[in-house]
Amino acid sequence: MRLTITVNGTEYSRDVEPRLLLIHFLRDDLGLTGSHWGCDTSNCGACVVCLDETPVKSCTVLAVMADGRRVLTVEGLARGGRLDPVQEAFAACHGLQCGFCTPGMMLTARWLLDHVPDPTDAEIRAAISGQICRCTGYENIVRSVRQAAAVRAEAAGQADPEPAG
Amino acid sequence: MTASRTSVRSYTRDEAGPGPGRAGLGVTCAEGGSLQVPAHVEYEKAASIEHALELLARYGPDARVLAGGHSLIPMMKLRLAQPEVLVDINAIRELSFITLTDGELRVGALARHAQLLDSALAGQLFAILHDAERVIADPVVRLWGTVGGSLCQADPSEDLSAAFAALKGTMVIRGPDGSRAVSARKFHSGPYETVVGAGELLTEIRVPVRPGGGSAYLKVARRVGDWPVGAAGAAVWLDGDTISDAGIGLTAVGARSFAAAEAEEYLRGRRPTEDTFGRAGEIAAASCRPVSDQRGPADYKQHLARELTIRVLRTAVRRAREPQLAVPS
Repeated sequence: MRLTITVNGTEYSRDVEPRLLLIHFLRDDLGLTGSHWGCDTSNCGACVVCLDETPVKSCTVLAVMADGRRVLTVEGLARGGRLDPVQEAFAACHGLQCGFCTPGMMLTARWLLDHVPDPTDAEIRAAISGQICRCTGYENIVRSVRQAAAVRAEAAGQADPEPAG
Repeated sequence: MTASRTSVRSYTRDEAGPGPGRAGLGVTCAEGGSLQVPAHVEYEKAASIEHALELLARYGPDARVLAGGHSLIPMMKLRLAQPEVLVDINAIRELSFITLTDGELRVGALARHAQLLDSALAGQLFAILHDAERVIADPVVRLWGTVGGSLCQADPSEDLSAAFAALKGTMVIRGPDGSRAVSARKFHSGPYETVVGAGELLTEIRVPVRPGGGSAYLKVARRVGDWPVGAAGAAVWLDGDTISDAGIGLTAVGARSFAAAEAEEYLRGRRPTEDTFGRAGEIAAASCRPVSDQRGPADYKQHLARELTIRVLRTAVRRAREPQLAVPS
């Protein structure tokens, strides 16, 4: 069936089989291989992308279910040539080792910070609890998300200074 | 890129043959390698409840309702479900509500787990629902998985089936001839089976709000997202210092209809003491028939049924004594 999806701001129309999974549509049809195809059983979270505003494990969604919707993948996180603060923080805090879980981790982190700008470590750990880092680099992933929150708070403080006095 | 491209994007048969343990399921993706994908299926998007019912009537038993898909799609990959047609109900906004109407909490079948967990109304009226939702799957899965989908999946280890059994809720099922109400305890007809017939759709779950109520849920699981080793939920209604009614829901431990009817009978009319909770836990555990598997031996699961029942009763009674949300009549 005919499918129209806006991925990272670009509209794509394709004919697909209804059984095609979103992760394979993104990787194989659009060539967006930043989203990783991991466990295939919705356990590992390597395939997390945002569907409209909400993170989803794209190995467990049919591409046709995304028809008419917006998808954000790791390729769309940077804006205007500038990395997202989450990406900056993952680089600065060594939030990745092999990098396989990283795109999914970053998209979930972005979503968390959009809803909870200053999360506690417990909230960060809860948010990524459905995602697996097989390098077991969780400490640095949590540190990265915390750093992204701090950078954002600082930027917000500069943009909107406290009134003097 | 090795797969041939056709005008319609498709999976291709794995010419190297299926991988071990996946007989007949191997297909290749464009990158090569074997993967597990659903079998051929047709797809229809329902725009309204009426439209969904029309589609379900047209395709009969060959159709399956597709909501969040987080149970159905994995089942389709494994060929444990092989529908001919999927009727996607995700666009039916009118099925996503959570309201307090006519003294009942009403949860639309398409309400997402995260939505129920975020509903202050649901949490204040029935803390058991928030206790349970916090430990269902993981946060990303909860954003898409639906309340109705979990109930209709009817997995014998599913949490909300036990929670709504404890609350003595009612499922509302729409069919071509209108709606019918089925008690939560009569909703399941067996493992992975419900009384929702071909051509029918679960539309909402209702739980009456009664005065003096308190509820709680506890689950023991090996890790986030795994099936529980065992879980229990309790709802109690106090009249002064007497238990006027109680509901006990159990999952993953072989409880009939996800409930412990004998223990509920024992609790009715008694004072909510530790001795009472202990005896109710014993009766509940004795009514379970757990099976030994990789999550634990049967006797351990029976122990969990007893201990978790005691703990949730204790919490439910404490909560019943806390100030209650005023319910407009």
